[in-house]
Amino acid sequence: MNLSDYYTRFSVDEKIIAEVMSEALSYGGDDCDLFFQHSISSHIGLEDKAVNSAHSHIDFGVGIRVLKGSQTGYSFTDEMTLKAMKAAAKTAANIADSGKNTAPVQLKLHKIPNYYPIEKSWEDVSTDQKVPLLQEINDKVFAEDNRIIKCNISFADGTAYILIATYDGRIVYDYKPMMDITVSCTAEEKGRREQNYFKLSGRNGFEFLTPENRERLIKEPVRQTIALFDAVKPDAGEMPVVLAAGRAGILLHEAIGHGMEADFNRKNLSIFCDKMNQPVAEKFVTIVDDGTNPNARGSINVDDEGNDTEKTYLVENGVLRSYLHDRISARHYKVNPTGSGRRQSFRFAPQPRMRNTYMLPGPHKKEEIIGSVKKGLYAESFTNGEVFIGAGDFTFYVKSGYLIEDGKLTKPVKDVNIIGNGPEVLRNIVMVGDDLRLGEGGGTCGKNGQWVPVSLGLPTVKVSKITVGGVGK
Amino acid sequence: MDEKNRLALAEWVMESTLKCGADQSAVSISAHQNISIEFREKKIEQLTESLQSSLSLEIYANQRYSSHSTNDLRKEFLSGFIENAVKMTSYLAKDEYRSLPDPKYYPKNPPAVSGGTGDFYSDFKLCDNDYDRIPASLKIQTAAEIEEAARSEESERIISVTSWYSDSYSESLRIHSNGFTEKARGTGFSAGAEVTVRDEHSGGRPEESFGASSRFRSDLPDAQTLGRKARERALRKIGQKKIVSGKYDMIVENRVGARMISTLLGPMGGGALQQKSSFLEGMAGKKIASEKLTVIDEPLIEKGFGTRFFDGEGLKSEKRVMIDKGVLKYYYIDTYYGKKLGMEPTSGSASNIIFDCGSNSLEAMIGNLKKGIWVTGFIGGNSNSTTGDFSFGIVGLLIENGEVVRPVNEMNVSGNAKEFWNCLAETGNDPYPYSGLRMPSMMFEGVNFSGI
Repeated sequence: MNLSDYYTRFSVDEKIIAEVMSEALSYGGDDCDLFFQHSISSHIGLEDKAVNSAHSHIDFGVGIRVLKGSQTGYSFTDEMTLKAMKAAAKTAANIADSGKNTAPVQLKLHKIPNYYPIEKSWEDVSTDQKVPLLQEINDKVFAEDNRIIKCNISFADGTAYILIATYDGRIVYDYKPMMDITVSCTAEEKGRREQNYFKLSGRNGFEFLTPENRERLIKEPVRQTIALFDAVKPDAGEMPVVLAAGRAGILLHEAIGHGMEADFNRKNLSIFCDKMNQPVAEKFVTIVDDGTNPNARGSINVDDEGNDTEKTYLVENGVLRSYLHDRISARHYKVNPTGSGRRQSFRFAPQPRMRNTYMLPGPHKKEEIIGSVKKGLYAESFTNGEVFIGAGDFTFYVKSGYLIEDGKLTKPVKDVNIIGNGPEVLRNIVMVGDDLRLGEGGGTCGKNGQWVPVSLGLPTVKVSKITVGGVGK
Repeated sequence: MDEKNRLALAEWVMESTLKCGADQSAVSISAHQNISIEFREKKIEQLTESLQSSLSLEIYANQRYSSHSTNDLRKEFLSGFIENAVKMTSYLAKDEYRSLPDPKYYPKNPPAVSGGTGDFYSDFKLCDNDYDRIPASLKIQTAAEIEEAARSEESERIISVTSWYSDSYSESLRIHSNGFTEKARGTGFSAGAEVTVRDEHSGGRPEESFGASSRFRSDLPDAQTLGRKARERALRKIGQKKIVSGKYDMIVENRVGARMISTLLGPMGGGALQQKSSFLEGMAGKKIASEKLTVIDEPLIEKGFGTRFFDGEGLKSEKRVMIDKGVLKYYYIDTYYGKKLGMEPTSGSASNIIFDCGSNSLEAMIGNLKKGIWVTGFIGGNSNSTTGDFSFGIVGLLIENGEVVRPVNEMNVSGNAKEFWNCLAETGNDPYPYSGLRMPSMMFEGVNFSGI
């Protein structure tokens, strides 16, 4: 695929783009971009031991953004005709009301690296190739443990073709694959039922579904479901919490990640907006937001406003270092963009967003960390989280984990919400393991009604004190 | 695309699908227009305007089922799309329970209203006829006035105000190959503000938003009210902190009650029942909550966001008392899970939900509370439909002897829905008017809170 293939796909050329941009700037906007998107996604579902539902979806359109200072005018159209594009451009142009600007004379192709190389594109995989894989996983899940009474498998894959043209004359295209496979199990024992799930997701191709990965999609959901039969609720209140390496990076995502998105700081809304270059955590704490991890769910070759992606240090050796910028905030702070301008689709204007957020490895050993806790919680799997940007309150939901008693993992626990305050919890990170892992299921992050794929990672980490939503005492 | 062209396109898609080998098919086409304005520091922060269409297609072929959607409505594209969709379906396993609904469940005619026009969407006031006549300048002015109102007092403690206004118009058409054709349309309006204030003690910047949504523009609260309430609610959070863990009585304010009732509505779905992931399986006719809880699915309310006379798969909508004085009466059953479970379909989705309301106002309920927490917002948390376990983060106000003592935050409320709903002691007289879920404020006794 080259630039002319993308032009053909969207029925545009350099001249048409220039014409639409001129229209977008006709009321004096000082910046604009066009974001073309064609995405093709499909889903198959297994329920009651058979792959018996499917869904496919096509999304096609262009979003036109016009900036006047920090003000944004936005419109989009799903009709790829010059007339419809110019009408949308005129609508977005309205944000400005004086003068007239001109489009770039020439567009220059901007080359980008590829952080998600794949062998077999989802467009070349037909449904009949996927069905037997799901059937096999289902059959083995039931064979794994006779307490399993239901197994549901959801398998989604997609391909997005993106073309971005910017006011400063850059044109860039990207090919974005994605897959997401979730296996949920319900098990029954002595009349009691429990349910849990396991998920793998990333910017992978069909080759990702190796026998080894399929095996984990069988073993993990069964193990994590069966463990819940012995689960108890921890006591309510503050206690030390050890976070398992991996998807527990949701802690960073909620406790600091959102608060470091520069739009919240530009508007003085974030609890972190007066803490830049100040110590916020122990010296062994370094937190990054990275767009470059190979095939990770939150990786991007280029951000959705055409800027190069990077590995951004939010906290370096305990000191707050950089916000996550989109073009508006980078201009406001007079810094380079961090490649964090992302959007859900052509229907939305980009905003500063996270990519893959994780903490670099620290000096401690996992056993040493668990061993240091007399009474607390070991949190292993997670569903969702949320944060109040200004107050700093954040939560994440622990689907399963274990009690820690006298330095050992004892009874399983389930379904507890954890709530804390971002800056306080950062200060309370007292141990960081050397076993960093990126969570394999990734996550989907919501902000102002827009959802984007992200990844979360963490080494084993101990927070000395945080509120756990138990019921006992 | 006008109505005539939309119908012609839907019929063409249906015909093409059947020609490709489908036995049955449903097609719907919708169009949606929207304007939304975000306003901050006396100027527009973001203005988004759009017009979009989408088409969805359901295929039933040789006992196999799939669904498909696209926003590309060009016939030259759709031909290939349909062909691929039918082919994709052929690879699936047979499922004897898949079919369009039996036409006996389709509505014959829209319900008649005495003195009405016969047009359902006019008679039930789902469309504001002024929608097209509201000038853009007035929309911007509304957002500007809300910001100004929010900043009109105690401005030295206010860090930021972002106000918003948005409106939308949608219309859709749905046709089934076994004799169903209906149209729908409606308008929606929303306005409000988010206010961030300075908390000198904690160094935090607590934020709170207050807004409203309605079918008619004239039903939105005025800009003064929206701005003032957003400010007051944000200021009220200054000094918030967690308190000691334990059992407290809890009042859940009407506008945030959705998070609590979801612990019952999710498990009442046919899919959850049939997939054995509902703790309410086998509970029909049994008591699942205190007798103060009556939940009614009411599809025919003037100006309701959930108002309809047919549901998402064409089933005639009927009023049902879902939970009657604490006794579970019905589940939300669609055609597919109805067949799998051997149950009559009701509907797979809620329309408007109304509750039996008590006689006390929220203020009176607070006044009567000896010691408890008035929950004004939730943050995060989740619930488990299989077991009923839930745990949610909250913010609110500590009440003692009927008076607000202090704001609280960073706490969780946890429990199990099986027991929790038996603790419902009182419902307020204040059903929330700005949503299809018209929940009153509710008081629960002895709820587990975790804090310090």
